[in-house]
Amino acid sequence: MNRLLPLLTLLFSFNAIAELRATGDLGIVIEREDGNALIINTTEHKRLAKIEKLGDLSHASVVFSRDQRYAYVFGRDGGLTKIDMLKDSIDKRIIQAGNSIGGAISQDGNLIAVSNYTPGGVKVFSADTLELVADIPSEYGKGLSSKVVGLVDAPGQRFVFSLFDAGEIWMADFKNPKAPIIKKFPNIGKQPYDALVSPDGHYYIAGLFGESGMALLDLWNTDAGVKRILPDYGKDDEKLPVYKMPHLEGWAVAGDYLFAPAIGQHKVLVIDKNTWELHDTIAVAGQPVFVMARPDGRQVWVNFAFPDNNQVQIIDVKDLSLSKTLSPGKAVLHMEFTPRGEQVWLAVRDDNQLVVYDTETLQEITRLSANKPNGIFFSSRAHKIGL
Amino acid sequence: MKKSLLLMWVMLATSANASLASEPSQDRKITLRNMLKQDCGACHGLTLKGGMGPALLPEALAGKSDDFLISTILNGRPGTAMPPWQPFISHDEAAWLLGILRKP
Repeated sequence: MNRLLPLLTLLFSFNAIAELRATGDLGIVIEREDGNALIINTTEHKRLAKIEKLGDLSHASVVFSRDQRYAYVFGRDGGLTKIDMLKDSIDKRIIQAGNSIGGAISQDGNLIAVSNYTPGGVKVFSADTLELVADIPSEYGKGLSSKVVGLVDAPGQRFVFSLFDAGEIWMADFKNPKAPIIKKFPNIGKQPYDALVSPDGHYYIAGLFGESGMALLDLWNTDAGVKRILPDYGKDDEKLPVYKMPHLEGWAVAGDYLFAPAIGQHKVLVIDKNTWELHDTIAVAGQPVFVMARPDGRQVWVNFAFPDNNQVQIIDVKDLSLSKTLSPGKAVLHMEFTPRGEQVWLAVRDDNQLVVYDTETLQEITRLSANKPNGIFFSSRAHKIGL
Repeated sequence: MKKSLLLMWVMLATSANASLASEPSQDRKITLRNMLKQDCGACHGLTLKGGMGPALLPEALAGKSDDFLISTILNGRPGTAMPPWQPFISHDEAAWLLGILRKP
């Protein structure tokens, strides 16, 4: 027996080693209809686990703790769920509002902020316990409450967000979480629908739905206020109907250019980052929803609103031309690049598939099943500003 | 007399049209239900409790007429994010969808 003990110990420790899971190649896929989150391995193209009962995930987004162990899922019904990706389990879950749209994690990883539609505002929680730290109602005018969109983290332990109904941008400084300092920028334009922050945390840009142009806030010089860019773009053109609101998540920046979806036009805007003027427009297959740059900035991938959502188009940044149109399946809702961009995963809702492409050859590598997938989020987001 | 006959004929024809509003085929119903859940749900929520767009639950629609709601579906609402669905669904299909929404 004495002889056996070391052998047994060895066997058990092997077992423990076999169960180790590194988090750098993990990701979360949202199954919108079932309210599930799948934990996936992006290197092995494998589904590892299914986390169930996360509520209404018809519009869901995910941020990651900086140790990449936890994923925070923001659900449409105000649910905030902290998933432990090492244990395949829900660590904590709260319903923090009636209707919510997205969230962000603070620079130091200690705070989780959620933007809400009903009641409008931003709530900030401890990333550890999900206990409420601060509540910022989005009041404007006389007792009105605005839907909040475009919530991002910014350097200096700040959160920046936009008020859809009020047409304002607010910046909340959380260096002292008990007493956040809020700076408001009014009259930024009608109906900001989403926003992004540049990967260096320098600029915050909100897209406008109610009028042409975008609102730009220089986070290095907030005293200069919000500047309107592209105010005349598409002013006199007839607006085509928008069957799905575009997203500005991620900053499609390549070299000197920012790529953004036009609203009510089947075009991608190419904006010069030095002058903030329109450099070019690229005609595409439909109303763009996501316009995302491959991490190296050589390609920009575009997906579309209904009824053109069976296609994905790729822009070659070298000469700003369309290099390829792919037809991955019915209703391509989201795209996510691997950390260094050699592959991209697409969520194809109506075919119940995740499709992985090689971004160099543009050939399909593999498919995984997922029920009505609508969002793919890789753990590499943990270390990116604004994601 | 001729005029009132014509009027009667028109009234009969329209009322017949309303009551006999043709139901979509089974296949089409599946497509429409999927559209309601996925595409309408993108703004109004999967459970139709509202999001960027308002709630579409029976109590939220209670005070609003069929004509108004069908017209909203088909023509959209200028000044809001609601687009016109006319290119993709017919009047009868919009009426059928509204019937689903009104059922608690």
